[in-house]
Amino acid sequence: MNRRHLIGLAALAAISLFPVVRPFAADDHILVQSTTSTQNSGLFDSILPVFTEKTGIEVRVVAVGTGQAIRNAANGDGDVLFVHARPAEEKFVADGDGVERFDVMYNDFVIVAPAADPAGVAGMKDVAAALEAIAGAEAPFASRGDDSGTHKAELRLWNDAGIDVAAASGGWYRETGSGMGATLNAAVGMGAYVMTDRATWVAFGNKGDYDVVVEGDPKLFNQYSIILVNPEKHPGVNAEGGQAFVDWILSNEGQDAIAAYRVDGQQLFFPNAASRG
Amino acid sequence: MQGFGAILGEAVGLILAGDPDLAEIILLSLQVTLSAVVLACVIGLPLGAVAGAFRFPGRSIFIIFLNALMGLPPVVVGLFVYLMLSASGPLGALELLYTPGAMIVAQTILVAPIVAALTRQVVEDLHSEYAEQFASLGIGPVDRVAALLWDARYSLLTVALAGFGRAVAEVGAVIIVGGNINHATRVMTTAIALETSKGNLQLALALGVVLLAIAFVINATVFALRASAARSAFA
Repeated sequence: MNRRHLIGLAALAAISLFPVVRPFAADDHILVQSTTSTQNSGLFDSILPVFTEKTGIEVRVVAVGTGQAIRNAANGDGDVLFVHARPAEEKFVADGDGVERFDVMYNDFVIVAPAADPAGVAGMKDVAAALEAIAGAEAPFASRGDDSGTHKAELRLWNDAGIDVAAASGGWYRETGSGMGATLNAAVGMGAYVMTDRATWVAFGNKGDYDVVVEGDPKLFNQYSIILVNPEKHPGVNAEGGQAFVDWILSNEGQDAIAAYRVDGQQLFFPNAASRG
Repeated sequence: MQGFGAILGEAVGLILAGDPDLAEIILLSLQVTLSAVVLACVIGLPLGAVAGAFRFPGRSIFIIFLNALMGLPPVVVGLFVYLMLSASGPLGALELLYTPGAMIVAQTILVAPIVAALTRQVVEDLHSEYAEQFASLGIGPVDRVAALLWDARYSLLTVALAGFGRAVAEVGAVIIVGGNINHATRVMTTAIALETSKGNLQLALALGVVLLAIAFVINATVFALRASAARSAFA
């Protein structure tokens, strides 16, 4: 290897280092801490370009579980929080980390199962009865187990049904500690029941012989909301851009964009901002 | 689930389609990983050479420590870098979090111990051959390190490739500090993780095949460079 070859290697290194600096140098952008369901369902890919075209503000989304999204935002790592776990959101605002919480849209949770349906819950409208049947049959149930909005909602439902899943953890109750998609993959792999938001389910590509077995109980309601991270507590927040996004998503235009998003002809999210007139 | 033929077909289709989004992801993967490997070599080569060529107090502990760091879990490194670069962390003012810069920092931390530990072994073996010569010629420590690194350059290229392999394949660190943000910090491994979580298993595997192909091209390039260098050395 002579100097020429060394120069070749150095050039390769220089090419690799240089352009990295470019993409995040100037342009106006905001960072949204959000959940996997909004991202994996394709909603953001559908509505964010509309906002960016109108305002020139690029929206960067970090999609993690609601618990992690809230913790990241509470560290000041984000301008807007867009999640679905009301008690945790209200605490976020009460702690001074968020300015104000606004309802944006809702969809619902469903329980999906393999065609065999070992606990025989298909068609049930009462989610508590369905969970009792699953627990009674000790049929495998895959839980997120990751402190996400879906996980919190699922634990609330078990609690309402009077079933102590902690005792069954590792047996028929299996906590994957992963996102919705990874948990669905695991459930399909082991033939387990699983509770998912409908949006992720409809857009999911690895359904196997699974189908929705329990739906329609009002307890399965799933509300999403948006909160501007408090710039007084977190000075790094892009308050102007973040507020513009909050205003837009609550406006008729933003709400219409959410309603217009469909997968296989099915509407996945239903806008319900209070300001919608 | 389709067979491997279909997955290979989709992978080839992905490459041939010339999708600008995929090109962007591949480019960012290479930029992040190659930058991290270069920085890790800048840190790890001298460190490893010093540990390989000299005796000093605490050397054994230092070497054991370096070797142990090769097993650093990427998620732990990701969390550590996140806490450092977070807006409420000590280095928050740098505003590096959720940028490729943060991903380079995390991967450099992952790769530098590998480069240092393997360099130490290579240089130590070579030094045992050279030690008497160095002593008789009265060569100083800086020149010794330079001579050892230069003469071991072919082995060290393989060391760098081992570091590249670790960096290009890891997802745990970059997904935490980069955030897998579309058009900003999405790389091959985080894209594969995302498609897996969407249940698009065939697309995820096809992306994996593309990643493997990229690693192959990089290794082939280095191999060819090395062969041509060896030829010119004998000419």
